[in-house]
Amino acid sequence: MLEIKNLHASINGKEILKGLNLSVQPGEIHAIMGPNGSGKSTLSSVITGNPAFEVTQGSIIFEGKDLQEMAPEERANEGIFLSFQYPVEIPGVSMVNFMRTAINEQRKYRELPPISATDFLRIMREKKALVEMDNKLTNRSVNEGFSGGEKKRNEIFQMAMLEPKLAILDETDSGLDIDALRIVANGVNKLKSPENATIVITHYQRLLEYIIPDYVHVLYDGKIVKSGGKDLAMELEARGYDWIKQEVAV
Amino acid sequence: MSDTIIHEVTQSEYKYGFTTDIETEVIPVGLNENVVRIISAKKNEPEWMLDFRLKAYRHWLTMKIPTWAHLKIPEIDYQSISYFAAPRKNAPQSLDEVDPELLATFNKLGIPLEEQKALSGIAVDAVMDSVSVKTTFKETLAEMGIIFCSFSEAVEHHPDLVKKYMGTVVPHTDNFYAALNSAVFSDGSFVYIPKGVRCPMELSTYFRINAVNTGQFERTLIVAEEDSYVSYLEGCTAPQRDENQLHAAIVEIVAMKNADVKYSTVQNWYPGDKEGKGGIYNFVTKRGICKGENSHISWTQVETGSAITWKYPSCILQGDNSSAEFYSVAVTNHHQQADTGTKMIHLGKNTSSHILSKGISAGVSQNSYRGLVRVGANAENARNFSQCDSLLLGDKCGAHTFPYMEVNNESAIVEHEATTSKISEDQIFYCNQRGISTEDAVGLIVNGYAKEVVDKLPMEFAVEAQKLLQITLEGSVG
Repeated sequence: MLEIKNLHASINGKEILKGLNLSVQPGEIHAIMGPNGSGKSTLSSVITGNPAFEVTQGSIIFEGKDLQEMAPEERANEGIFLSFQYPVEIPGVSMVNFMRTAINEQRKYRELPPISATDFLRIMREKKALVEMDNKLTNRSVNEGFSGGEKKRNEIFQMAMLEPKLAILDETDSGLDIDALRIVANGVNKLKSPENATIVITHYQRLLEYIIPDYVHVLYDGKIVKSGGKDLAMELEARGYDWIKQEVAV
Repeated sequence: MSDTIIHEVTQSEYKYGFTTDIETEVIPVGLNENVVRIISAKKNEPEWMLDFRLKAYRHWLTMKIPTWAHLKIPEIDYQSISYFAAPRKNAPQSLDEVDPELLATFNKLGIPLEEQKALSGIAVDAVMDSVSVKTTFKETLAEMGIIFCSFSEAVEHHPDLVKKYMGTVVPHTDNFYAALNSAVFSDGSFVYIPKGVRCPMELSTYFRINAVNTGQFERTLIVAEEDSYVSYLEGCTAPQRDENQLHAAIVEIVAMKNADVKYSTVQNWYPGDKEGKGGIYNFVTKRGICKGENSHISWTQVETGSAITWKYPSCILQGDNSSAEFYSVAVTNHHQQADTGTKMIHLGKNTSSHILSKGISAGVSQNSYRGLVRVGANAENARNFSQCDSLLLGDKCGAHTFPYMEVNNESAIVEHEATTSKISEDQIFYCNQRGISTEDAVGLIVNGYAKEVVDKLPMEFAVEAQKLLQITLEGSVG
């Protein structure tokens, strides 16, 4: 589904990713862990096409298509979703309006007619229940005045609405209390299917107690330096990252 | 430069690529007393109307062009303009002859075909539906005692009302452009709502059909008697083709005791091309007076057009407990310049006013809010709240706020808030990541920003205004 080969990327001329390789198949959950500044968020930005980053070398292929040839909105409409680490506020634009626009753009891309009002409202209701989201929030402007936890929950709500093939959760656990964490993780797990895949970018092992990864990768200094099963996450939690750094240095 | 523009406008016979073969009535360019007399005579006006015009003309001669606005206005040669031109001198014969870009915009806005023709200046078949619609409206209104007609008709049929109210809110001495308008105004609308009558329809549909080619010096007078209500819509969301470069209109509103007048404008005159060539200069004087107790006037405007806009819809709060509002969205793109805002003059006791101004600047445009809140010595317990927001797209445009306050009564509470923001790359990328293109994202964000004001517009206008905001800013980001 996703094949990343020898990826080099930089921001403002500074190289962050230095030859990253990653392969994700449908139905899989991959966790990407690593110390601060190792390039975790850069990876999510580059996959989704954030124009602030420049890919200098390597390739990202999604379902046989070269993502570098595609605008960010095309990648989204192909089925790539990013749950932002810092969701953006858009004053005056209601969540309902925002979601309907997004869904209809996706449908247009797939040559489907716009969604009917009844279908839209029904799906909204279902997905809100999935992430236990309050009606109040969907009537408000996008992320405006949302608490940190509400913003993250809103990201998962949008993911549920858009049903992506590949979801990237960028530090979705940061700023969540334990209840919110459980709700968010529940949402993600319920959306899991043999057809879609998830990349969980996280600092801590905590989220991985709820979302069980098939693979855990350690990102350090712009490269994946170690991969393993879910036990690797436990080991990282217990021993920290220093031993990895030493291994790499050798 | 100005000479060429004026020349292009007054002399051009080829702006949209069609030829002239219709007999026209044009008097020679230039302005003098004789021209004023000819205009009045051609309109078969009574003596008192001519006197009004002449008085205004003589006063205009003593006046200077105001230069205080934050605008760069090319020098205009008032002697090279024709002040009475039969409107459809270059009328295209069919839509095939109309600028395709204009038609593309009409289609984006979803303007019906017949209306497209009217807006493009095509001589519309006299039996088209709108005429009968117009008549039906007129009958309904007449039964209620409402007068709604062109200004010329009002001069002819309701001279007492016109004489009583014309120039009482905007006197001919008010400013340079008001004096010019008073001397040479072409036509406009007249509305009279009798005591206790609530006008049952938005006065718009009629106007949209009727308003084409009312000319460059429009004059509107609205009188709402005690306990009456009217909602009036001016203009159209479609970009109007117009041969005139200079527009200097006057709108006067009089609200008696307990009367409520809502005036909504969507202004989309030709703004000039991307390089700033051409475009309408719009110098408008709009003012209302809340004359009676508990009266209320609200101005709502969405301004997206014109190369230069100079416009300050204002209110005089004379009656005790009267209130007024000014809600505005002004968009400038490319080389457009706008200096717009309001004046709230509090004279009566317990009066309140609310100002909400939203400026949006893009391209290399300049967008200024200029507002005055004045509280008179006897205006006990006056209350004003002003909020002025500016949104910038790109880094070559300018947004400016010039709030003035003159408070002469200690019991007054006057508040002013201002914000300036930019559409951030993060907002755009966030939308992109949800599958929304940059252009649509800008439209979404701008409409969100302008929502508070657009929501004040009557339904039928609001939808078109939203589309218009997006179209106006197309291509302004990334």
